[in-house]
Amino acid sequence: MSPLTVKINDVFNEPACEKNRSKDAKARQKGCSKPLTPGAAAGGCAFDGAKIVLQPITDVAHLIHAPLACEGNSWDNRGAASSGPTLWRTSFTTDLTELDVVMGQGERKLFKAIREIKEKHAPPAIFVYSTCVTALIGDDIEAVCKRAAEKFGLPVVPVNTPGFVGSKNLGNKLAGEALLDHVIGTVEPDDIGPFDINILGEFNLSGEFWLVKPLLDRLGIRVRACIPGDARYLDVASAHRARAAMMVCSTALINLARKMEERWDIPFFEGSFYGITDTSEALRQIAKLLVNKGADLELIERTETLIAEEEAIAWEKLEAYRPRLEGKRVLLNTGGVKSWSVAHALMEIGVEIVGTSVKKSTVEDKERIKQILKDENHMFESMPARELYDMLSEDKADIMLSGGRTQFIALKAKTPWLDINQERQHPYAGYEGMVELVRQIDLAIHNPIWRQVREPAPWEYQPAIEKELPSTKSDTETVHDFKKASPQEPTVSATFEESR
Amino acid sequence: MTRILPQTKSAAVNPLKSSQPLGAALAFLGVNDAIPLFHGSQGCTSFALVLLVRHFKEAVPLQTTAMDEVATILGGMDHLEEAILNLKARTNPELIGVCTTALVETRGEDFARGLSNIKMMRAKELAGTEIVLANTPDFDGAIEEGWAKAVTAMIQRITLRGEQARQRKKIAILPGWNLTVADIEHLRETVESFGLKAVILPDLSGSLDGTVPDDRWVPTTYGGTTVKDIHELGTAMQCIAIGEHMRRPAEVLERLTGVPYALFQSLTGLKDTDRFVSLLSAISGTPAPAKIRRRRAQLQDALLDGHFHFGGKKIAIAAEPDQLYQLATFFTGMGAEIAAAVSTTGTSKILEKVPAEQVQVGDLGDLEGFAAGADLLVTHSHGRQAAERLRIPLMRVGFPIFDRLGSQHKLTILYQGTRDLIFDVANIFQASQHAPTPGSLDPFRNREMPDDSRPPTFSRH
Repeated sequence: MSPLTVKINDVFNEPACEKNRSKDAKARQKGCSKPLTPGAAAGGCAFDGAKIVLQPITDVAHLIHAPLACEGNSWDNRGAASSGPTLWRTSFTTDLTELDVVMGQGERKLFKAIREIKEKHAPPAIFVYSTCVTALIGDDIEAVCKRAAEKFGLPVVPVNTPGFVGSKNLGNKLAGEALLDHVIGTVEPDDIGPFDINILGEFNLSGEFWLVKPLLDRLGIRVRACIPGDARYLDVASAHRARAAMMVCSTALINLARKMEERWDIPFFEGSFYGITDTSEALRQIAKLLVNKGADLELIERTETLIAEEEAIAWEKLEAYRPRLEGKRVLLNTGGVKSWSVAHALMEIGVEIVGTSVKKSTVEDKERIKQILKDENHMFESMPARELYDMLSEDKADIMLSGGRTQFIALKAKTPWLDINQERQHPYAGYEGMVELVRQIDLAIHNPIWRQVREPAPWEYQPAIEKELPSTKSDTETVHDFKKASPQEPTVSATFEESR
Repeated sequence: MTRILPQTKSAAVNPLKSSQPLGAALAFLGVNDAIPLFHGSQGCTSFALVLLVRHFKEAVPLQTTAMDEVATILGGMDHLEEAILNLKARTNPELIGVCTTALVETRGEDFARGLSNIKMMRAKELAGTEIVLANTPDFDGAIEEGWAKAVTAMIQRITLRGEQARQRKKIAILPGWNLTVADIEHLRETVESFGLKAVILPDLSGSLDGTVPDDRWVPTTYGGTTVKDIHELGTAMQCIAIGEHMRRPAEVLERLTGVPYALFQSLTGLKDTDRFVSLLSAISGTPAPAKIRRRRAQLQDALLDGHFHFGGKKIAIAAEPDQLYQLATFFTGMGAEIAAAVSTTGTSKILEKVPAEQVQVGDLGDLEGFAAGADLLVTHSHGRQAAERLRIPLMRVGFPIFDRLGSQHKLTILYQGTRDLIFDVANIFQASQHAPTPGSLDPFRNREMPDDSRPPTFSRH
């Protein structure tokens, strides 16, 4: 078996993965990526997944060894934020031409590319990504990286994740393996302390980790490395000296967390900074792990005090939205932990959850969601575009929260929509993030455009024309009124139906 | 003649190119009830899809054959067949546009033969759906090449061959990819104002113009050139191709059906538009309508009002060859100078005519290197980082434009589009004008002077 195959099998056999544990031995052996259906597949490839995980390391040069598409079609497309270096946003690719492929010049070009980057940018490290074509033509990126590292005197890290080996999620995990093999533990920090933690799987999208870090600062907890959000190479390389770790996005980097525990005795827990109770629970767990590892017991008390203060402030702010959002129906179309922790906070202020996707959720997640929703029918694995469109256009939800992939299904069904995935514009983590999320939901639902786009043009239905004549009075009806009003106009909709 | 400098770097820095299959997919998206299919790993599709969606802000139908490791080694025909059958069963489109990628082209299979086998073996299941193949490896070309290959492939596959009875009022238009939705709409209206009928292939104004379908979810394109229109292209009196990269499809159409073509390398600027209007006038036998004359007069006035802002300005452009030519001639036609020109390939004939000393085949890293001291950067949204670092305003053109809304509704051709471009650019210059300061105007500011001869600095005078 090739080293890559061994790696993949190893990753598939992740004992710390809850979803994996719930499978029998046979199912586990099949691995966690379902075979894709040609002509009916969605989602990124392994290379995509690896890049997502590693690219937010801000001072590293990321070099994609590939023909144009892998990097040319995908660079600078995610909203991770940096507090300093910007090199990660510069795109480097060997942009292989037909001649390079035919003449077998891939490795040479790669080596020269590394030299050019080193000379022009002098980064602390260069990450080199293999892709389908360069794997297929047999370029040995590990050997090239090794040679380049010796020659140029800087770490050159091979990330061996050609797209065809599997899904984005597999790529996430293989990226974690690359960090374990080549980066973490290579630098000894001279400033270790009893309050050092790692945050794993936090991407700092829209800078949202900056909503959380001040909380940790207040508690005297230092983030040794946040991987990968706003990370520096040296932080990651010395991450093995943290006392404890929090695993934020478990499906992405669980193998990294578990192996760091094995190798360097860094205990971890899985948590989330989405939602109020989740944020509190995360802070509690961090404190507990640090105390277990020898930090002063007083940390727990400090943490509880902070939680009490911050929760009170957040709930008070959220309460202001209750009159506007009570009874509103939200469809959560996103995977994983996000579902139930966000659902919980929303329900606290009277929002109704009319459905949630459990595609990426573990068995335990599903249990929790079941308890919260009280109706299993509201859980779905995934919904075909057409069904989703019908559900929304039949007005069965007041807003959908999802990722960009289903954005236009909601918008074309003329339903409010809010991005809660990687391309989102707003930070949603921590206490203030939750308030921001609710504020955005409020803004989306109550935007005056919904009334305008939903109503057919006046000439689409005869009876209403008289009513629609321009009036001199200004129109001050709100969306609530419109919703209530619409059933009272059966003639209108009937005529509209017929005219189609 | 313009010198064309080949790329010599090993590491491309901030790519200018989008991939060739993406260009082909874009062309297929200009056909009604169509779905493009990438033959490659799912990432190829996912990246292109995300980029298209970010640009158009629309749901974009695009599927993948989802090649995995085993298929890559053993051959991907099964995946191609399965994908086509699945698409047919799930969406029943009129057209499936297969675009190959670097992965499958590197492995190298006879896709044309494989595809005709699939069509033969599955004739019954696939009835009513045209399947067109474009060979578009990512390691070659960019959007321009992919777009032209897809259009050529559609004509070769679908258009009825042989001389046919010509419809006197019908013209076929083959627009380059760099025309926006607004351009295509305007083109059609202009042609129709002469009493002519235009069949436009591809027609993104029908499919990606940002409309909301009535009452159902449509998994394919809704709008665009119909397959029937493509089938009947041979009945046109005249074909008009726009952009040098559309020469090949126009030639193929002429060879197959005898429809003669006229090629416009650009439709931006007064002179080219005059030629275009004269041609329409000749074909239709009617003089230019008053409305069009009025537009011409407006453009004349815009040239008069706008030229103050352009004279002596240094422009740095990075774009695919035909768009580079379109914009560079526009700018030099207004009195500006092309300080840097970067393009995606050295093989296009149009590059020799670009009014610049040299054209570098390269990336946005090259543009950034040449552009210091320029007054305006002209490229797609990815130029934003360079613009920030150089503190030079950026005019967004081409693809992708993901950080501005409405790029598809910007007009760039004919009298009206040229007028709009003049205003756009002049406004960028006016917005970034620096107020004069004593320091910036001091006649001695750039001269070496012995320290003691420099007068004490006064703040007032």
